[in-house]
Amino acid sequence: MVHLRGAVALLGRFPALAGVDLDIDRRRIVLLRGPNGAGKTTLLRTLAGLVHVSEGEAVVLGVDLLTDRRSVRQRVGLLAHTTGLYDELTVADNVAFWARAARAERSDVDAAMARLGLDGRLRTVPVGRLSAGQRRRTSLACLIARRPELWLLDEPHAGLDQEGRDLVDQLLREATAAGATVILSSHELDRSLQLADEVVTLSGGVATRDS
Amino acid sequence: MIPQTPTEVTGPASTGSRATRVLGLLALVALGVLVLFGLILSPADASQGESVRIMYVHVPSATVAYIGCFLTTLGSIIYLWRKSRWWELVAYAGAEVATLFTVITLVTGMLWGRPTWGVYWVWDARLTSTAMLLLLLLGYLAVRRLPADYEVRAKRAAIVGLLLVPNVMIVRKSVDWWRTLHQKPTLLSNGLDSKIEGLMLFSLFTGFIAISLVFGWLIVHRFRLAWLEEQVESEGLDIAIAERRAEALIGEVAP
Amino acid sequence: MIRDALLVAGKDLRLEWRSRVALNQVAPFALLVLVLFAFALDPDRGLLEKATPGLYWVAVLFSGLLALQRSFSIESADGNRDALRLSGLDPAGIFLGKVMAVGLQLLALEVLLGIGVAVLYTTPITGWILLLVTAMVATVAIAAAGTLYGVVAAGLRVRETLLPLLLLPVLAPVLIGSTRAFEAALGGTPSEGWPWVGLMGVIAVLYIVAGVFGFGPLMEES
Repeated sequence: MVHLRGAVALLGRFPALAGVDLDIDRRRIVLLRGPNGAGKTTLLRTLAGLVHVSEGEAVVLGVDLLTDRRSVRQRVGLLAHTTGLYDELTVADNVAFWARAARAERSDVDAAMARLGLDGRLRTVPVGRLSAGQRRRTSLACLIARRPELWLLDEPHAGLDQEGRDLVDQLLREATAAGATVILSSHELDRSLQLADEVVTLSGGVATRDS
Repeated sequence: MIPQTPTEVTGPASTGSRATRVLGLLALVALGVLVLFGLILSPADASQGESVRIMYVHVPSATVAYIGCFLTTLGSIIYLWRKSRWWELVAYAGAEVATLFTVITLVTGMLWGRPTWGVYWVWDARLTSTAMLLLLLLGYLAVRRLPADYEVRAKRAAIVGLLLVPNVMIVRKSVDWWRTLHQKPTLLSNGLDSKIEGLMLFSLFTGFIAISLVFGWLIVHRFRLAWLEEQVESEGLDIAIAERRAEALIGEVAP
Repeated sequence: MIRDALLVAGKDLRLEWRSRVALNQVAPFALLVLVLFAFALDPDRGLLEKATPGLYWVAVLFSGLLALQRSFSIESADGNRDALRLSGLDPAGIFLGKVMAVGLQLLALEVLLGIGVAVLYTTPITGWILLLVTAMVATVAIAAAGTLYGVVAAGLRVRETLLPLLLLPVLAPVLIGSTRAFEAALGGTPSEGWPWVGLMGVIAVLYIVAGVFGFGPLMEES
């Protein structure tokens, strides 16, 4: 699913990834951990096809990221710190726009919103008026409506209440059961260690696998 | 000298070389000859008087300014197509030198206009479209000099550069129509297009040679300077990677 | 590509409808410019009537610039560029969608300004067809060039000052052309206006082609 060998990614002239080796099989849940600035966010964005890999090998979902980043993008789902949602549009409009952009079925959009508890009063609220947790739920709804093959989640538990965090874990387990692969970063170590099949530690732009 | 990918390119090691020193020397000699013929040996014009001498600089400057624009668009196209950093810097050098010569064209044009027309500025088609050319070039340079990463600056500037020549052509066309549909351009017709002969023609010819040599010298040096600047910026990547990896080792010693 | 364009245009227009920035700020600004011109050029001396086409299009350009700034400020939220790149939308479709949304808002502005000019400046109209075609073609040219240069300036702190510097020199031929064509349509000889419509058509096509091919590379830059 994911194969990196000596992958270098630059942010400007800063080598955020300084030669990452990483192999991840299908249907696994992998936890990325490491101190702030270790390169976790850059690694997730690289796997999503957003950051250019300047050296090494990088293959995601069978696509070589060095030659073709675009075709990977539609097949992954990235939950980032930044939401990309339009503040002035309602929750329903936002989810409908982003999901339909990715050619999701209308029934999947409705199901995703119901799953995240966005089908009631919240539907018609502009995203700009939501709390951080509600925004995160909206982003998650956009993500699951697309049915990605590879889920990339940057601290998915942050900002959510107890129920929301449980819901995230449940969604991730269902996703892998349905054949998807999940890579997440989290500072909620107890919860994530229980969830994850394997743990990768990132430090100084280099990855080491914990056995 | 056309590179395949930016990394394989061998660029200049310094701004000067034997060839450019010869080029610079030739440019100086040509400028000397231009001064001799343009200011001393050639006669004053029958209708324009002494101010005709400005034309020996004005006309060649306008010409090389357009050549610079052409280099910018050509370089931008090749950069977008082949990702060639070499050509991107050619585009940048072309735009900067073209800006210089556009300013020279405008200033000499206005100095010529004061005794000829009695005012520094008239809304003449050529003068107006040269002013628009300057604004278009300043737009390109504003994007190229953005405080951002090289890739960001280069790519956005290349789109602007790609459209530079089409824009210049459209602006020229529209300004020509704009002036000619309502009033005939009478002012310039007794200036530039009147007969020029003998020493005056030779002076203009010398002007073309001298200004072209100066243009070439400036392009080569501006390109080399930009190339060396980029080299300095991209140098130290290996060191940066090593430093970055060292963070990991420190982390392991003190978890 | 067309499907994506309609989706993006629909999103932009819906957003505009909900926030009503165009309605509450851009439209009053456009009318304000018309009134300011009347203050600057004494209406009694016939200057205003003679200058109507030019003033009209200067007002369209400046208020259109506000609409364009707005069109890119809604895409400037954190992570929006990433989201668009991940969305699976065709970059050419995004470009065309934004051109459509901006173009429709410009047309609405032009109708409003047209009513304003008719009421405030009392100008006679002789060539309706030329008037309408000129407005359409000029609108497409402004929207296409504005959207392309809008994304060149997007995401930068200097965006709001850079866009006018890039756009206005490029749109100078559109200003000249639409003004001359309007002069021909308003009390002049309409046949004189058509070459200008052709020139503006060339500009519109140039920028649509450049945008369709250039938008993809411009969205990628890391």
